[in-house]
Amino acid sequence: MSLVFKKPGILTTVQDLGRTGWRSLGINPNGVMDAAAARIANAVLGNSDSAAVLEFHFPAPEIEFDADTKIAIAGADFGARIDGTDLQNWSSAFVKEGSLLKFAKPGFGRRGYLSVEGGLQVHKWLGSSSTNLAARVGGCSRRELIAADRIECATAPDTAPALKIGQSIMPPYSRFPTIRVIAGNEFEFLTAIAERSLLLDRFTLTNDCDRMGYRLAGTPLHLLDDLQMVSSAVTFGTIQILPDGQLIILMADHQTSGGYPRLGSVASVDLPLLAQTGPGDGLSFSPISIEEAEWLALQFEKELKFLRVGCKFRNQNDHH
Amino acid sequence: MEDSPKIFPLGDNCLTVDFGNEIAIELNDKAIALTNQFTKDPFPGFIEAVPAYSSLSVFYNIVEVREHFSEFDSAFAAVAWLVRASLEYPDKLVKSERRAIDVPVDFGGAAALDIGVIAERSAMSPANVIDLFTARTYRVYMLGFLPGFAYMGEVDERIAVPRKDSPRTKVPKGSVGIASRQTGIYPFESPGGWQIIGRTNLEMFSPDRDSPCLLAPGDEVRFVPLARS
Repeated sequence: MSLVFKKPGILTTVQDLGRTGWRSLGINPNGVMDAAAARIANAVLGNSDSAAVLEFHFPAPEIEFDADTKIAIAGADFGARIDGTDLQNWSSAFVKEGSLLKFAKPGFGRRGYLSVEGGLQVHKWLGSSSTNLAARVGGCSRRELIAADRIECATAPDTAPALKIGQSIMPPYSRFPTIRVIAGNEFEFLTAIAERSLLLDRFTLTNDCDRMGYRLAGTPLHLLDDLQMVSSAVTFGTIQILPDGQLIILMADHQTSGGYPRLGSVASVDLPLLAQTGPGDGLSFSPISIEEAEWLALQFEKELKFLRVGCKFRNQNDHH
Repeated sequence: MEDSPKIFPLGDNCLTVDFGNEIAIELNDKAIALTNQFTKDPFPGFIEAVPAYSSLSVFYNIVEVREHFSEFDSAFAAVAWLVRASLEYPDKLVKSERRAIDVPVDFGGAAALDIGVIAERSAMSPANVIDLFTARTYRVYMLGFLPGFAYMGEVDERIAVPRKDSPRTKVPKGSVGIASRQTGIYPFESPGGWQIIGRTNLEMFSPDRDSPCLLAPGDEVRFVPLARS
């Protein structure tokens, strides 16, 4: 069966958890911006953790299903409706052949995720379905979705009551989140005043925020030295200070290397919060140790594992 | 005993090993050798290692690292220990294969977008600029910026012009550029600020090829002028 795109939406792409193993050749991982939403959407359907999903923004796509299947929507709430009936985020739903999925309004968040039973089937490149927009590889036809595109996926029988997940695993999204930061190698070069600003001020997300990175606006921060850095690896969540004293946070489509001082890295559990913010929203930063950041990441993994086991059990029983 | 490198977290699933913030072949050799070591003999939870000019970054899965190295307080501490342990025996590190690659370059006409600028700034003729540029063998220190974009060095000081004040919105595919002592080849059309000295028709990045990128860290590159008819 296929998803048929009646309207493509803005920068709708196929993504998975990223294309790792190739950074040394400059091939960046890409992948979903909000991994928590994508992984939960896959978990409720019993899909593999890294199954390919659709990432979309508002205006969102309009999608027709040409056969019966099961879907789940997570992340941003854009008011999903199937043939005029509201569809809840964070739960599985059965969709009938010929149904039309539309999104009514930008309720909350910036990026929505749609998973389909069995995962979206696109041509994989270097082991991943993620779309690399700069190199024009991966995803659906190596690009963002356009009208009349079709993506293959599995059919599924209507066997079960919808699964809805508990609150505890959902990321605590906010338009003004506090982002926990692990200090980077050049953090110690901040002046005392700049360090105070970084940890106490609120930073605004400028219009220059996309899948590559978020540029922030705030009081310019100063370094003790004019640091001349040779390029080294950077990653999703690396916070760099630009020559004008403003900050940039690298996001999923980041380059593999960079030469600006690295003030820190966003704790991985807070990347989904960042993914759901956009221009005009605001951020505060708070310091976190590497041990705490790891502990939080491990807690999320445990909860997700628990959810996956629970959903699998429910889905298996449904098939009886 | 050598100076021990600085090891710091790059997020909670990666650490960077910094041998010294400079462009130097012996530091780059260490970064590449340690990368090869981990790639050839990966620890449980290893994802990938990424060499840069004078550092490498090691990405890992913290669940697996914590499971296998539970005596450490963190996955970071465990991987940092693995790094230090590997560096204790530098002779045992995997030597990198030094491939020599010739890159044919068209240094004339529309291909050499900035040859005039480079010649003027260096106070020499375009022919002399090309002679100096092609006289050397360049090492691939690292890849980055774009898939298949190799950072190579070092360009002769006399023609080491800085990058453009405002980048071009479109640099043609295959363009060979100079940015101070570095040179690089744009694998496909992209925005970019390097001074373009010529163009190659070698495919630096070809997604459907077995090895999608032509160059790898540690390679030695020579630019060979293409005979113009």
